Amino acid sequence: MSDTKATTGGSLFTPFNMVAGLILLVGGAITVLRFTGGLGAVTNLSDYNPWGLWIGFDLLVGVALAAGGYVTSAACYIFGLKRFHSAVRPAILTGFLGYALVVFALHYDVGRPWRLPYPFIVQPGTTSVLFEVGACVALYLTVLFVEYSTAPLEWLGFKRARNLVVKLTLVLTIFGVVLSTLHQSSLGALYLIAPSKLHPLWYSSYLPVYFFISSIIAGMSMVIFEGTMSHKYFHDKMDEAHLKEADGVVLGFGKAAAFLLFGYFVIKLVGLAVDNNWHHLATGWGLWFLVEMLGFVLLPCYLYAVGTRDKNIKMIRRTSLIAVLGIVLNRLNISLVAFNYHLPSSERYFPHWMEIAISLFIVTIGVLVFRFVVTRMPILYEHPDYKDAH
Amino acid sequence: MAISRRKFLGWMGAAGLGATVGKSAHAASNKHFEGYPDSPGVLHDIVRCVGCRSCEAACNSVNQLPPPEQSFKDLTVLDRKRRTDAKTYTVVNRFETESGGNAPIFVKNQCNHCLEPACASACFVHAFTKTKEGAVIYDESVCVGCRYCMIACPFEIPTYEYDKALTPRVMKCTLCHPRLLEGKLPGCVEVCPTEALTFGRREDLLNIARERIRRQPDRYIDQIYGENEMGGTSWLYIAGTPFRELGKREDLGLTPAPALTAGALGAVPIVVGLWPVLLTGIYAVSQRKDKIAREEQSEAIADAVAASKEDAAAELKKVLAMKEKEKETAINMAVKKALEEAAKAQEEEAAKAQEEEAAEPPQDDPESKPTEEDS
Repeated sequence: MSDTKATTGGSLFTPFNMVAGLILLVGGAITVLRFTGGLGAVTNLSDYNPWGLWIGFDLLVGVALAAGGYVTSAACYIFGLKRFHSAVRPAILTGFLGYALVVFALHYDVGRPWRLPYPFIVQPGTTSVLFEVGACVALYLTVLFVEYSTAPLEWLGFKRARNLVVKLTLVLTIFGVVLSTLHQSSLGALYLIAPSKLHPLWYSSYLPVYFFISSIIAGMSMVIFEGTMSHKYFHDKMDEAHLKEADGVVLGFGKAAAFLLFGYFVIKLVGLAVDNNWHHLATGWGLWFLVEMLGFVLLPCYLYAVGTRDKNIKMIRRTSLIAVLGIVLNRLNISLVAFNYHLPSSERYFPHWMEIAISLFIVTIGVLVFRFVVTRMPILYEHPDYKDAH
Repeated sequence: MAISRRKFLGWMGAAGLGATVGKSAHAASNKHFEGYPDSPGVLHDIVRCVGCRSCEAACNSVNQLPPPEQSFKDLTVLDRKRRTDAKTYTVVNRFETESGGNAPIFVKNQCNHCLEPACASACFVHAFTKTKEGAVIYDESVCVGCRYCMIACPFEIPTYEYDKALTPRVMKCTLCHPRLLEGKLPGCVEVCPTEALTFGRREDLLNIARERIRRQPDRYIDQIYGENEMGGTSWLYIAGTPFRELGKREDLGLTPAPALTAGALGAVPIVVGLWPVLLTGIYAVSQRKDKIAREEQSEAIADAVAASKEDAAAELKKVLAMKEKEKETAINMAVKKALEEAAKAQEEEAAKAQEEEAAEPPQDDPESKPTEEDS
């Protein structure tokens, strides 16, 4: 691939690099504007709409799509599904980058980012769901960093440190699942406090459960989707084990995701029934809700199931994109579309182009760092010195 | 993907436990929080309000807020609906409702100073405090600027200084808390010319409100807004028209904001306590399964090896026995032959001797030697 060459000595001026470079330049300029002119200079946020795209997409979607790390490592190390082993490292890397970028993005969104550690070192507000989110994200980012560190340690040749980290694998994995359970669900619980602002079709006391279950679906779908991309662009970096196991990972996660999507659909129905919200289905909001539930939950569920039955790898890979988009849609619906549904359209929020540009900027940084790492470190292959099957 | 029974049970356990998240922790408790005893509040009698905006002007001056774009004397600002913003802690809006005979009705809006404030519950750095003087106050020295308080507030009161790059603050009415500590009235209450605002103990205010409703049932509807909304507020309202027509939401429910998230927060220690046990259990089960599979495999291999060894030994024994027999036969045959030959030779010798005796000397017979047939 031409863009992998760029990092290995080829021409720097590939189309991909030029676009990425442009995004970075624009992002840099907006960054200056943000920290000199305040949030008002670059966002459409208002007193009615204090949370915009940077929370809806960068935080909620970012954290959900970074769930592949805990899902894959749990499947491999806790549930003992060893054939997922070659998928663990790329998933951990994506998770680590995802969370690091979430925290990075928060620095743009909060008013005084240098105070982000205040809840932990100055004055904890333990009654806040956001405190739980913050504490778990901070701890989990650390766990992911340690889990991921085996790759750079192998790359740099620090054998003893690397072996120490490998010994911690099980403890780190369990810790990671506990923290992920907590903060993935708490992101949904953030909205529990505002029943009067979130449309009843999306508001439910089960929101934490919905967020947790859908994060598992997001994690699996993301592993499949990202594997598809990696096969396209980094095929030469994959070793025999990775290539041999890749189809098994797709089939395994495809099948599990089909089951989970169905379960998710059922508990969403339970939520509708518990709050007796059926009558809302006949409204415009109901139509939009059905688009999400049928087009982005039941459809990928069906396609995953058929794909697994027919061992149709291509179909499962394509379905993963629908499932990922479904997660994006769900999180944006809750944070932006169905939030403040009661306000007149003149008071509703639509992101400023500079907010979109910063979100793009952050995703681009993620892709570039991912490329930097997989073209250098043992992510898609096992380091020849450490063939000991971890 | 093959799912074993044990694995399936493990997953079911995990799913069942997850489903317990989100139930109210309140349900198990018979405690009811009623706020600080004797804490003061303000009663806003909407029927008495004439929309003069003196309260807005007083609020602006006692809180040293930036001067307004239009003078407080200019009543044309009432032509559009306004909300609190970073430069305005309180606003008066004009409503014309059919049930009110299309006469102008003026409603003041500001922080309601909830008994159990959503903003204070939501703040992850504990920047908000409900004081015993009734005010919900804000400490800008710790505020990170996450704006979750603004998401949480059901009355959409807190505002943010979006234009400040380095020191943006959340801005909202303080019930003139510093003035209360000095023994003074809130600025808006002090200046109100029509006594549309009354400051006092919340309990007393509720009685005053009920008394007014009782005395003039044709002027007031029988409802005190703020008595129970989301657990109750320090500001109370009475009016002659339904509150939903005056920009006040009646669908907020009676549950105080902290109770809405208490269940989710209560699940945290449960997850922290149980998840490691459950996960280690699943790990142990899968390890044990692997171990048993490995043992069964090696046992099967050992059995197979032993069986084939036995077979080989038996085969060898058979072959050896056969050889032994053959050898024996050969020896026997050789012995027999030798004996026969010996006998023959003896006979021949005897015959020869007889012949010798009778005629010429005897000759060697080459065929009489014993032959080696096999070995």
